[in-house]
Amino acid sequence: MEIPYTVKPRPDTGLNNAKLGIWLFLASEVMLFGGLFAGYVFLRLGAPSGTWPNGLLSVLPGLINTAILILSSVTVVMAWASVKLNDFKKFRIYLGITLVCALAFMGIKAYEYNDKFHHFGAFMKSDTAPAGYDLQITGHILEDHVEIVDGKDIGHFLIAPDKPKKQPWHWWSAEKKYTPEERAARDAFDFNHPGVSKTGEEDHGVPVLKLEKEEIFRHSMFVPRYNSFFAIYFTMTGLHALHVIGGALVLAYFWLPGSKMFFTDRAHFASRIEVAGLFWHFVDLVWIFLFPIMYLM
Amino acid sequence: MEHIRSHLRFYWAIFGALGVFTLITVGVAQIDFGSHANNFAIGLLIATVKAALVALFFMHLWGEKKLIYRILAFTVFFAIGLFALSLLAYFDHTHTF
Repeated sequence: MEIPYTVKPRPDTGLNNAKLGIWLFLASEVMLFGGLFAGYVFLRLGAPSGTWPNGLLSVLPGLINTAILILSSVTVVMAWASVKLNDFKKFRIYLGITLVCALAFMGIKAYEYNDKFHHFGAFMKSDTAPAGYDLQITGHILEDHVEIVDGKDIGHFLIAPDKPKKQPWHWWSAEKKYTPEERAARDAFDFNHPGVSKTGEEDHGVPVLKLEKEEIFRHSMFVPRYNSFFAIYFTMTGLHALHVIGGALVLAYFWLPGSKMFFTDRAHFASRIEVAGLFWHFVDLVWIFLFPIMYLM
Repeated sequence: MEHIRSHLRFYWAIFGALGVFTLITVGVAQIDFGSHANNFAIGLLIATVKAALVALFFMHLWGEKKLIYRILAFTVFFAIGLFALSLLAYFDHTHTF
């Protein structure tokens, strides 16, 4: 016995099963990502002044990814239209471009994530600050000197710090905290802080700094544990990336083995491409909100 | 068939509009609108316009069946409720801006 209304729409609602099903699913996905966006709102509103990062993410890769996803949205619509217009060749081409866009998006994401995993940040200890630390320095590790004494590592890091404008003391609301003299000293990396010293050498125009491990409150690469911003950034873009992969796998199936249905049952195939396209548009929609929130604000 | 063919150029026009709005998003982020909340609001407004273009035309919500609208009405209600309630955290005064 065949399931009714898989292709033919129900007379009362005007919808077939796939259309109704995908919209119900997308409605639930809105609440999934909505919950995470709400989490972002809480983290951002609760962050003390001067602690929420700004400028840690390079805008260009994010902008290119936005353009790539928007292009893939229009090509998936074109692929569906090609099926409705009985043009198999055009369908293959447009869906192929969509898949290339998906691969390009994941490639750029992989590049961005890799860049973060190799970026270092350290919080230096402070006896007077209530949080236990008062200075944050970011950059790249040049050397990691390990020196174990009594089970503790009392070595040091040699780091090439980020240029002053990218350092935490330039984050937008940190402006209020420093006098012009203090800011000028920080921009020259003259901290007068225990555990932080200049080696006298330079690396790409910035002085190489030596950070004593015993004076470091905590340190890590730019990964979720580093700060709340990276925690929510990796969570949301990671979940979004999983959705990109899932959607791409479905579209890839319809591009290769599943495309046979174009010839055996065209109306059903058109419905399936339409429904897969709807999921793909949703993935694009989430990114349209993620990009400004994470990269620009 | 012809109905679909006439739509093809329209889809590319929407794509062009989305491209323009994306560039506006980046450009507008460089301008200071007074407070951070203002910048946020303008950025989200532009994102909502882009999202509306994708939803209404690429996802064919413009001229969809009533049942879909009724389902999405619940989604919109609960999503807006979720964000409105989250924004109430502003009045917990844990921030200092």
